Amino acid sequence: MYSLFSRDLFAEFDRLQRELQQSFGTMSPSIRGFAPGFPALNVGSTPRSVEVYAFAPGIDPARIEVNLERGVLTIEGERAGVLPTDDDKATAHVNERFEGRFRRVLSMPDDIDPGAVNASYRDGVLHVSVQRRESAQPRRIEVQ
Amino acid sequence: MNTRAVTETKANTSPSREEPALLPPVDVIEDATGITLYADLPGVPKDRLNVRVEGETLLIDADLVLALPQDMQASHAEVRHTHYRRAFTLSRELDPGQVSAELSQGVLRLRIPKAEHAQPRRIAVQVA
Repeated sequence: MYSLFSRDLFAEFDRLQRELQQSFGTMSPSIRGFAPGFPALNVGSTPRSVEVYAFAPGIDPARIEVNLERGVLTIEGERAGVLPTDDDKATAHVNERFEGRFRRVLSMPDDIDPGAVNASYRDGVLHVSVQRRESAQPRRIEVQ
Repeated sequence: MNTRAVTETKANTSPSREEPALLPPVDVIEDATGITLYADLPGVPKDRLNVRVEGETLLIDADLVLALPQDMQASHAEVRHTHYRRAFTLSRELDPGQVSAELSQGVLRLRIPKAEHAQPRRIAVQVA
C-alpha cells in the first residue's frame, strides 16, 4: 500500500497530539488549531520551500484569493452551490458538498521569502509554493 | 415514503481493492427526467477516473494524483489516501445505459436519466 503523505509518521503525530491534548485539556498546540474544514489542506516542506495543497474542487481560479501577510498565508474564496431553489421542480436527496464562502489560515515558518510565492490550480487542487530565503538554506562550509 | 432513486451501497464493491479510500462528498438531485450526482474529486485527472455501472450498482473509482517535490517532508495532512471510492445502488426506473459523466476542476457531474416509461406523464381526467 502506498500513501500520499507517509502514514506512519502521521499515526505517530496523531498519537503525540492526542497525548498533548490529554495533558493540556482542550489546549491546542497551535493558536489557530487545525480544525478540519474546507478546503482540506496538506502541508509539506523541502529545504528550499514550503508546499501547501488545498483541495478545493469546482472553483473558478480567478475567484480564489491567496494572501501572504506577516508570515500568515490566507486562502479564501467562494464556492457556488448546485442545489435546486424552491421554485425548481427538483429535490435534493443528498447534500454533503461544501457551498458558500471559505477561508483557511496557516502560519508560515520564519525563513520564507514573501516575495517568492507561486500559486497554481489544477484538477481542483490549489498548490501554493512559498520559497525559503537563500540565506536560510543549509550551506556547506569549506574547511580551509 | 421517501423512495430514493439512488441509495448508497456499503463497501463490498470490488474485493480487489482493499486499501482504505477517501469517501468523496456528493450532492444528489432529482428532477422530473432524471438524477444528477455531483462528487468532489480534487486531484483526479480525467484518465484516472473510472465510473461504471455493474448490475444495479453505480461505482465511482478514482486516483488522486499530485506532483509532489521529491524531497518533500509532510508536516500536516488532512488528505491521506490517494484513492477515492463510492458506490450507489440505482433504482429500477433509472436507465443505466444512458449515464453521462463530465469531470471539471475536480468535480464529477453524473447525469442518470429516467427510463422512457418512467418519465412523468400527465394523465387526463375524464369527465363522466
